[in-house]
Amino acid sequence: MGSITFIEHNGNQHKVDIEEGSSLMQAAMDNSVPGVDADCGGECACGTCHVIVDKNWVSVIGNTTEIETQMLDMTPEKADTSRLSCQITVTEAMDGMVVRLPEFQM
Amino acid sequence: MNFLSSIVEKSASLTSMPAIVEKATSLVSIPVIVEKTSKVIPLPLQIKGIHLFLKAKNKVWKSKSVPVFIESPIPDVSTLAIEDIDVSNPFLFKQNMWESYFKRLRDECPVHYQKNSPFGPFWSVTRYKDIVFVDRRHDLFSAEPIIVIGDRPEGMAIETFIAMDPPKHDIQRKAVQNVVAPKNLLEMEDLIRSRAVDVLDNLPIDEPFDWVEKVSVELTARMLATLFDFPYEHRHKLAYWSDVIAASPETTGGECSADEMFIGAAEMAEYFTRLWREKEAKKEAGEEMGYDLISLLLSNEKTKNMINKPMEFMGNLALLIVGGNDTTRNSMTGGVLALNEFPNEFIKLKNDPSLIPNMVSEIIRWQTPLAYMRRVAKEDVELNGKTIKKGDKVVMWYVSGNRDERSIDQPDQFMIDRKKARNHLSFGFGIHRCMGNRLAEMQLRILWEELLTRFDNIEVLDEPEYVQSNFVKGYTKMMVKLSAKT
Ligand code: HEM
Ligand code: FES
Repeated sequence: MGSITFIEHNGNQHKVDIEEGSSLMQAAMDNSVPGVDADCGGECACGTCHVIVDKNWVSVIGNTTEIETQMLDMTPEKADTSRLSCQITVTEAMDGMVVRLPEFQM
Repeated sequence: MNFLSSIVEKSASLTSMPAIVEKATSLVSIPVIVEKTSKVIPLPLQIKGIHLFLKAKNKVWKSKSVPVFIESPIPDVSTLAIEDIDVSNPFLFKQNMWESYFKRLRDECPVHYQKNSPFGPFWSVTRYKDIVFVDRRHDLFSAEPIIVIGDRPEGMAIETFIAMDPPKHDIQRKAVQNVVAPKNLLEMEDLIRSRAVDVLDNLPIDEPFDWVEKVSVELTARMLATLFDFPYEHRHKLAYWSDVIAASPETTGGECSADEMFIGAAEMAEYFTRLWREKEAKKEAGEEMGYDLISLLLSNEKTKNMINKPMEFMGNLALLIVGGNDTTRNSMTGGVLALNEFPNEFIKLKNDPSLIPNMVSEIIRWQTPLAYMRRVAKEDVELNGKTIKKGDKVVMWYVSGNRDERSIDQPDQFMIDRKKARNHLSFGFGIHRCMGNRLAEMQLRILWEELLTRFDNIEVLDEPEYVQSNFVKGYTKMMVKLSAKT
């Protein structure tokens, strides 16, 4: 089974096993990765599951919908490869992927 | 609080006017006058001018009357036919009757149409999932022109982005949101804490006093003064403006007169124009700028000239003042009340203060300081078996969704260690999700951290008194007694 690595803003790393079909947000929550709030429980409606995907993996994770882009736009720490992790479905193709967490969720 | 569109006076009903006059008034619409004259006439005078204009107009043309709400006991909900249930009644919260009303709607008619309320017909959406649906779908439901049940009254069209749709909303929000972003809050936390400590250290012990006045109102006024770097000795003005701007009968069934609102708004404009000019002079003199709202707006290329668009300037300031005032205030009171109604939770808290952040979310759910937000359907929408027609008003009752047994475990229980406590509706969802949510959480966290180190008990002595409004769910008075920590 493959894994994905979350890196907190302070540099702490969390390697989590890939569970096909669940969301990246759920993977963080299930493995108690600190720094993801997920206030809306995965509805793409709160913006507090923000992650910054390593640019080498952007092509693997799929496209953003308009609604996701709009929610991300309201995140002060938005970066070029920012995503809402609840909108990314985890697959085995993401084995080795690295995602960073912002300093704050908002 | 009705986020501003109530700085306005209910005025002549256009239907009784001759057609030609109607045309003339709509051409010379008031906001246009204001934008055009903003460079010449100071903003406070403009507001006074609009007030006089509307007053005169009211005298000349037949005025549509403002609804008058006279309190009478609210009946047991089981005695009513479903179509007669009217949850816009501004006494529903005041008489603390709301729980059974919303439970009946959730169970029997979760998407409910009330066709003759004093505010006109409206839909009520009362289940958690349906509320999230409406709040997310800004493509189907518009926040314009106002987010309270009543119609937008005529008059000063102050622009606040809480009542705008994209793309305008997004641009305006982005311009100001950094002020309350967590990074900036970190800079302000120490000052907010020291000002809170000063209040708590001076509270009477073993003696009854009003928690609303001495703690909740005082702390929120101090916080706002800090956020705006507003002259500290005048901080009560902030709370006062927010209150008068907040509560008109025609929008939320509140108790404030149009005269009070206009005088308050004019005074507020005067103060903030002066504050802006002072900070601008500081900036031009090359002095170091602070982390307060106006300094941040002045240092941003996109917003440094905001004062030249007075309606936008006033709108943004007022939205922050009104948005940040009685919401947090009522959560400060609600938390104490909840811990008194659920004394075991108080014991749990004292045994484990690390529960404070989770409790703060639970307090905000349990209180739901803003009962709802209103939308207007942009097209026909099918929701839970009902067809909402294009143009219909749709009210998302957060206060009901937060008690929806279908989505929340034992929702009427206050549990400070509740799992997924953050998944409440009180801050709304989607693009309008509360911009000040982190600030509100921070203030409540500071309050409870400092309370626990000082007091052994906060005893609520009497039933609290509640605000008259269908929008603000809050308190006017709550007598308590403190015991010191031994
Ligand atoms: C417990 C305290 C608070 C509660 C319950 C609350 C609740 C809300 C709600 C329900 C909305 C609308 C959400 C929607 O339409 O989906 C909102 C929006 C907003 N709130 Fe708060 N609020 C609180 C504190 C604050 C504070 C402290 C501030 C600022 C200093 C603030 C500023 C705003 C602003 C600017 C908006 C408009 C956001 C937009 O339209 O994009 N709020 N708030
Ligand atoms: S969990 Fe709310 S947007 Fe992802």
